[in-house]
Amino acid sequence: MRLSRVKVRAAEPAPYYRGTELMLYLDTLPKGAHAVIEKIEQRAPLDPIATRLEELGFVPGEAVQVVATGPMGRDPIAVRLGTSRFALRRGEAARVGLRTAA
Amino acid sequence: MSSTTSTQTPAPSLHIALVGNPNCGKTSLFNQLTGSRQKVANYAGVTVERKEGFFTTPNGRAIRVLDLPGAYSLDSTSPDEDVTRDVCLGRHRSEPQPEMLVAVISATNLRLHLRFLLELKQLGLPVIVALNMMDEARRNGLQIDVAGLQADLGMPIVPVVSLNRAGVVPLLQALDLPLPAPPDPLPAGIDPHMEVRRLLATYVVDPSAGTDRLTDRLDRLFLHPLWGPVILLVVLFVMFQTVFAWAQPLMDGLDSGISTFGQIVLKPLPDGILHSLLADGVIAGAGTVIVFLPQILILFLWILALEESGYLPRAAFLLDRLMALAGLSGRSFIPLLSSFACAIPGIMAARTIQNPRDRLVTILIAPLMTCSARLPVYTLLIGAFVPHRTILGIFGLQGLVLFGLYAVAIVSGVIAARVMTRGVKSEEHPLLLELPPYRRPNLKSLALGLWQRAVMFLSRVGTIIVSLNVLLWALSSFPLPPAGAPGAAIDYSLAGRIGHLMQWVFAPIGFNWQICVSLIPGLAAREVAVSSLATVYAIGATDDGAADKLLPLLSTQWSMATAFSLLAWYVYAPQCISTLAVMRRETGSIKTVLWAAAYLFGLAYLAAFLTYHITRAITGVP
Repeated sequence: MRLSRVKVRAAEPAPYYRGTELMLYLDTLPKGAHAVIEKIEQRAPLDPIATRLEELGFVPGEAVQVVATGPMGRDPIAVRLGTSRFALRRGEAARVGLRTAA
Repeated sequence: MSSTTSTQTPAPSLHIALVGNPNCGKTSLFNQLTGSRQKVANYAGVTVERKEGFFTTPNGRAIRVLDLPGAYSLDSTSPDEDVTRDVCLGRHRSEPQPEMLVAVISATNLRLHLRFLLELKQLGLPVIVALNMMDEARRNGLQIDVAGLQADLGMPIVPVVSLNRAGVVPLLQALDLPLPAPPDPLPAGIDPHMEVRRLLATYVVDPSAGTDRLTDRLDRLFLHPLWGPVILLVVLFVMFQTVFAWAQPLMDGLDSGISTFGQIVLKPLPDGILHSLLADGVIAGAGTVIVFLPQILILFLWILALEESGYLPRAAFLLDRLMALAGLSGRSFIPLLSSFACAIPGIMAARTIQNPRDRLVTILIAPLMTCSARLPVYTLLIGAFVPHRTILGIFGLQGLVLFGLYAVAIVSGVIAARVMTRGVKSEEHPLLLELPPYRRPNLKSLALGLWQRAVMFLSRVGTIIVSLNVLLWALSSFPLPPAGAPGAAIDYSLAGRIGHLMQWVFAPIGFNWQICVSLIPGLAAREVAVSSLATVYAIGATDDGAADKLLPLLSTQWSMATAFSLLAWYVYAPQCISTLAVMRRETGSIKTVLWAAAYLFGLAYLAAFLTYHITRAITGVP
């Protein structure tokens, strides 16, 4: 059986697009630093990962903190968001645009 | 589907469903309500099976309750969440829409759980909110204006503590009342996140600002880039050492208990067919397997405790990159670890993996994770062929070999997954895993989980294993050898003939015909192979009571190459009909199952072949 024939939900790897304005993203936030979410970027129309991030509470105005990074290649990262904690891969975290806490 | 409900007592029976986020304590609430014996865990998504229960309220209302899989949203991203969405919307093909929902939310994680609750308001179903973990929230100094929140949401809120029976009484009382009116849906244009923020600001005072100091402190250690993996490795290593070391005295005790029992029962019986059936078929068969109960329970105790404590998702975090090497994500770790207990719950837990390809690959390699049913075979062979020696003063050589067998299986799984995912290019695998707060494992639910396992194991011994052994005994006893024939009686029996035929295939990997015979019933349950060997050798041997001496018997009759070859075979062989059946159910494809069986048997044969010939070359036995 060839696995490549198995249908896979459309999650096209969009080019690593970062816009032009200067923005910090969650994947580059240093460990321990606090920041506030500015926006969630869609990597594709109806990006399911962006949608799930929003459902988990990654929405503008929420405070986040990176509490740990993975042992290999500092990936994935563990993020505290209010009362919850989540493990995210860097590609997922790269969708979360931040402004640093004032 | 929902009928109007009148209010006389006793009120008519009611069909409800429990809905909530993962880690909201829904499963433990379900256990308290129904008294059903299930496991409670801290891992996101333990509730993958359909779980239904029945109970009666104080006023005598009969209630049927469905425990829906934990979900973050009705906009589902996994087969697990599909079930919850379809049942809530009344779209499920076999499950009618419940008359009422009991939405379970944790007071310790309101920000996340309230958002899902707002989504449930849109359904037009009556909803009672069970506000769980109120005890923990109070300890953290959290104050919730329940009356105000209830009025604002338009849904009755019942504070509960799902860890004890008294804690769910308020919910039982609420279920005696007439059904509440369905809440008004959130008006269009209101962002649910803003609404949650408003509700929290208005009705909740949280002096700790949501910090869970214990979890923060433990995470600093357990998720540390260096200490985290070291601790994980130590945990896994200690786990396997205890499985071998702690169980031994208990196993010895059971063993002598069974032989005493056998002597008492068999003494009054005259020699003959009945004596032989009881001694060789039933007692030798069941006895050799029951002895492994302590080992299996210790392994399950570890897995249950790790699950309940909240450590398992952390392990998934630490291993995510390693799993990525296999083309998978950390999410696959939990189904795979469960497969060490048994591949069946493991394959079912794969439902929480969102990516369909990751899910399929996880299911295909789950049988490579050494399930507890293989332990009896490993223990027997290691005990017979690996010297009882200590290395570096602390590690038992036998424990090391056992650890090695597990390690080989894991590495093979990684390679198999890598091969299966080759050529499939960089599409994104979401990890997005919740790391729940650490909790002390609840002793009662650990005990319940172990009890469940023990009953399941013993009922298997009582049914499948004993009947297979009786069948095997019959096959090995009849037809009787002609009077005065030379050699062992079993040589003339049906089983002997089948074994001799199979030997054509298995001789190149060093299996004698006794092993071949015992492989047949091993298909129904792996651990039966041990008792089958006992049966075959008990009958094959000239003196009675040889079953107790299986271990020394094997070490004299088998070469080391044969023993190691059988071990290698057991690492890979998909010798479990139930696993293949659950694979069929979960993937819905018979082709997948045939393919899985073929690749696993192929690996088993290859590994056993190599092991046999390499060991022979090293030990110098021709």
